Amino acid sequence: MAEKKEPLGDDLNRRQFFTKLGLGSLSIAAVGTAAFSYQYLEPNVLYEPSPVVNAGKPDRYPPDSVTLDVNNGIYIIHAKEGYFSLSAVCTHLGCLTAWKQELNMIACPCHGSKFEQSGKKIEGPAPKPLPWKRIWINDDGDLLVDRSTEVPALARDSFVKV
Amino acid sequence: MAKTLDHYFEEMQQTRVWRSIFRSGAGSSTLKRALAIQQNVFLHLFSTRVRTRMLGFSATWYLGTLTLGTFLILVTTGIPLMLYYHPSVPQAYVDTKDLQFVVSSGLFLRNLHRWSAHAMVFLVFAHMFRVFYRGAYRAPREFNWVIGVILLLITLLLSYTGYLLPWDQLAYWAITVGSNIASAVPLVGDKIHFLLLGGHGVNANALLRFYVLHCMILPSTATFLVAIHFWRIRKDGGLYNHHSEPTTVRAKKGNPTITEAK
Repeated sequence: MAEKKEPLGDDLNRRQFFTKLGLGSLSIAAVGTAAFSYQYLEPNVLYEPSPVVNAGKPDRYPPDSVTLDVNNGIYIIHAKEGYFSLSAVCTHLGCLTAWKQELNMIACPCHGSKFEQSGKKIEGPAPKPLPWKRIWINDDGDLLVDRSTEVPALARDSFVKV
Repeated sequence: MAKTLDHYFEEMQQTRVWRSIFRSGAGSSTLKRALAIQQNVFLHLFSTRVRTRMLGFSATWYLGTLTLGTFLILVTTGIPLMLYYHPSVPQAYVDTKDLQFVVSSGLFLRNLHRWSAHAMVFLVFAHMFRVFYRGAYRAPREFNWVIGVILLLITLLLSYTGYLLPWDQLAYWAITVGSNIASAVPLVGDKIHFLLLGGHGVNANALLRFYVLHCMILPSTATFLVAIHFWRIRKDGGLYNHHSEPTTVRAKKGNPTITEAK
């Protein structure tokens, strides 16, 4: 059966034109579906705990003490220069570290990383020191820590005095 | 007694209902036996004829079949476990304990699921070592090896996603560590971490996502690929037989350029 060719513009016959149109539309629809699918997989609202943590009154923390807040994954440290807060989440693979009073260091139970009280890395697979978190006192006199922040270690503004 | 049963069975095979289901009918001719395989939706993936020695233990050690066996056990024990397990933060751990101590046969099902999972990972590796050291991955079976590698990854992902579901300390920290390893991917690592967990940490969304991956997405993908994997055995020339490989045969004929693979 001989096919009758009807040239339309640039050497496209009717069938080739509709094939191109169909495949083109399908490609656009596929790209759109991929984009919407990606957006769908990314939650727009997260029901996660607030990054700002109320750590209570400063006098809960005696001088020269390191206190781990297990639920929020932060340390509140009362040093000579004032109060400061460290992330207790290991920079290696996210385990919760612990303060070892007798060794005067922070240690991770998972892979053995060790940190100083200031968050500085002593050894172990952890690539970075424990980050410092912004700490301040609100109008009620409570210590607040914002876990989503990172402030420079040992900087004067990174401490809060009472 | 046995004779009467045989008689009833033979009579049943002649009925119209039976013949509407099994079209090839009874009979031991080569044609009938080939049709019995070819007209069965499950068996038609396989060759209609196989050499007897290829079905012996020494040819394959049955490692692939045993892997399928553990997979089937995992599906049949996993579905009843889903009836008592809620993938939510307040309930997941309690439901796991209920399955162990309250639900009838729950402990049996859960342990069977767990041990089969361990066995499946072991058998998949054993199967791959066997295929590798026998050289059965070579042409024309390269693509089936590739499917096998994907199936290995799916097996490991099934193991990993299932590990979170009891929602105990072991699960929580294992998934924290594991998902942080995903963050190490250059450029898109943090995005993968976020999409995998549906949030910034191992939380309610992560539990639900892992549940859906474990019970729906990964098993159905595995089933799909296993079907292709089996079908390709036939398409690639049947179960691997070392002595019928072209290189081996030619090497034996004294071709100096080709040496026999050990």
